[in-house]
This record gives sequence, structure tokens and C-alpha cells, in this order.
Amino acid sequence: MSLAHKGRRITLVALVCVAAVYVRALAFTPVERLQGPAQKIFYLHVPAALWTEAAMILVGLAGTFYLFLKDPRLDRFAEASAEVGTVFATIVLTTGPIWGKPIWGTWWTWDARLTSTLFLFFLYVGYLLVRGAVRDPGLRARYAAVLGICGMCLVPFIHLSVFLFRTLHPQPIILKPSAPSLPSSMLATWLFSLTAFTLLYVGFVTQRYALSLARDAQRGGSPEAGPV
Amino acid sequence: MGELLVQAWTVARKDLVLEFRTRTALISAVVFTALVLTVFNFGRDPTAVPTIDLAPTILWVTFTFAAMLALNRAFQLELENQALEGLLVSPLSRTSLYWGKLIANLVFVAVVEGVGLPLFVLFFDVPVGRVLVPLIGVIALATLGFVAVGTLFSALVIRTRFAELLLVVILLPFLVPPLIGAVQVTARLLGGRPLSEAVGYLKLLAAYDIVFVSLASFLFRFTVDE
Repeated sequence: MSLAHKGRRITLVALVCVAAVYVRALAFTPVERLQGPAQKIFYLHVPAALWTEAAMILVGLAGTFYLFLKDPRLDRFAEASAEVGTVFATIVLTTGPIWGKPIWGTWWTWDARLTSTLFLFFLYVGYLLVRGAVRDPGLRARYAAVLGICGMCLVPFIHLSVFLFRTLHPQPIILKPSAPSLPSSMLATWLFSLTAFTLLYVGFVTQRYALSLARDAQRGGSPEAGPV
Repeated sequence: MGELLVQAWTVARKDLVLEFRTRTALISAVVFTALVLTVFNFGRDPTAVPTIDLAPTILWVTFTFAAMLALNRAFQLELENQALEGLLVSPLSRTSLYWGKLIANLVFVAVVEGVGLPLFVLFFDVPVGRVLVPLIGVIALATLGFVAVGTLFSALVIRTRFAELLLVVILLPFLVPPLIGAVQVTARLLGGRPLSEAVGYLKLLAAYDIVFVSLASFLFRFTVDE
């Protein structure tokens, strides 16, 4: 079975799992007392958010190893991970306001989590733009690695700065429903969803990786061929 | 270390001599700073918003925009006559080349800020007399951080298409932590609050400088080599 097929299979399984998560979340998980049905978005939102950050860290790590090993597979992985991370960041940034409107009464607020996710999204976009702006594959991989490493190091700083920024002003709403404070049925649904999203990440990355592989093969492996 | 600094200074000196002889970029950046400050004055309702509330924002948005002009120019001037190739085949180490560029950029931005700060005080009538020394300290701390990242990125985008635009897009997310820190500390200083209230932000600025100056010094070699 080719890599693209494998990726498609995994993605398919993951999508079925996501659907199952929603069947479980809507039919078999209790409705949260204060937030009502709006809380259901949590099962989609939080796993996506976790993978948005994890994908950036993986881009940075792949970049670090690329600079030493010069293995094009690492660069392909970083590219795939960044694109999937962008998709996940988009999911987070669209589901967030949908939840925020009924619960907070506003689509957007400059809360620590929101702000850091938004900047992570910008970071991904910048990273992909740099990749698109360099023609030579070797140079592109190197530049992307440098930017990926810087991005990975920036994430804790953005977290810290927006965290400082907000905790100095008391917040009306606490956006930290830490996992242990959930009823076990909700936690189980959430963990199921996290698994589904992990599969989704793996599936997407595998497919995207296969795509870069096919693109490189089409160019006959000659690094100087044509634009992206 | 000594050798590194001597080499870095050679590069910085070359850039600065070039800059002060032509003066075009420097004068443009200074005029740009003055213009941004003027635009800010008309971008608010002076009867509704007290200047002191807006002052830190005005100061820092102006400084970041001016710094970006400076950063764009850093490697652009090495493209003419393949000067960058010349620098790369010379016996300079990559780290000292980066440090040289960093020093030149810092001096350039410092000059712009040196003109911008008195203009800011003049235009917005902000009382800085009492807090001038800590204010300059904060400006130095924040400027070092974002110029360090900016110098690395300006080398990175130089061989890409749309270099000027791309630099701004990739650099802005990196300006957020120093910008937040600098604005918060400046607000407290101008508001007459004790500096101890802003220790968290000062630590953030210092940590950012340490991490990104070392990271950029290390990563720079990967951006210039062919």
C-alpha cells in the first residue's frame, strides 16, 4: 500500500472517530449545567488546540534535526506538519468564537489563550509564506528550519507575555476547565476526541508527506526544477 | 571572543560609515518617525482620550515601525555588486558577521529612537524627566530583542521574492512579547508607579533578549551560506 493510501485510510478512520465523538458527546455525555449545549464544542476545540501547539513544536524539532542531518524527509515532515497545524489553528479560531458568543457574549476577547492561538496562526502563515517564496529546495528547507526553530522558541514567550498581560487585570471568566475537574463521562468523551484528533493529525500529515514525495519525484529529484 | 568582537566591529563600522556618509536611509527613518508621531496625534480625540493613556502605545508602535525600516535595509545594501558574497568569502566568521550587522542595526535604531523620544515628549507633553534613566533602560532592553530577531530574518528573506513584505509578516509575531513587555513597563513608568510592579515584564524582556540573541547568533550561519 502506498503512503498516500495509508494516509487516506488513517484520515478516514479519524473522521469516522470524530463523528463518533460527536454522537457520544451529543447523546451520551451530560449537558454542562451552566454553559448548556454550547459546551459541546469543547470536545472539538481543545484537542485541535493541543495539536496546533504540538504541530509547531514538531516543526521546530524537525527543523533542528534538519540543520544537522540535512535529511529531506525531515523537511517534508516539517512542511506537512505546518500545513496541518494551520488547519487545526483555523479550527480553533473558528470554533472558539462560536462558543464565545453565547457564553461570553462576545465573539472575540483579548484573553491569553485566544491571543496566543492567533499569533500561532500568524506564525504558521508566515512560515508557509517563506516556504512559498524560495525556489531552491535546499535553501527553502534551511530557511524554513531556521524560522521553525525560532517559532518553536517563541511559543512559550507569547504564552508568558499574554499570561502576564491578563492576570494583572482580573478576569471575569476563567477559561481553564482543567481536565480533572470534569465528570468522568465528559473526560472519557474528551480523551476519545483527543485520540481521534491525533489520528487526524497523523492521517493528514501522512497524506501531505506523500504529496511532497510525489512532487519531488515528478521533478525527477532535480532540485532546481520549476517553482512550487 | 576578542577576535569575534574585533571582526564584528569591522563589519558594523563599514555599515555605519556607509550610512552616515549617504544619510538617505537614516534621514528617511527619522522623518518617518516624526511623521508617524504626527499621524498618531490626529488618530485620537484629544478631548476624549488623555495623552498619558495612549502614550506608551504611540511610543512603541512608532519605534517598531521605524526599526522595521532599518532592518529591511541591513542586508539589502549587500545585494548591490554582490557585496554579500564578498563578505562571505572574506575570513570573517559567520557569528561576527551577524554581530556586526546587529551592532550596526542597533546603532541605527538607537539614533532614530534618540530623535523620536524628544519629539514624542514635545508633541505629547509627557513628563519623562523623573523616569528618563529607567525609560531608556527599557527601550534598550526591548530594542535589543527585536533587532536581534529582525537582523536574522532580514538575512533570511533577502534571497526570497517580496523580501520587504515578507520580513514584516514573519517578524511581527516575534515582536509581540517585547512589545507587550515594553508597553506595560513604559505605562507604569509614565504613570509614576514603582518599577517593582513591572518586574515580571522586565524578566520577560531580559529572557527574550538572552534566548533570541543566542539563538540568532547560532542560526545566522544557516541563512547566509549558499
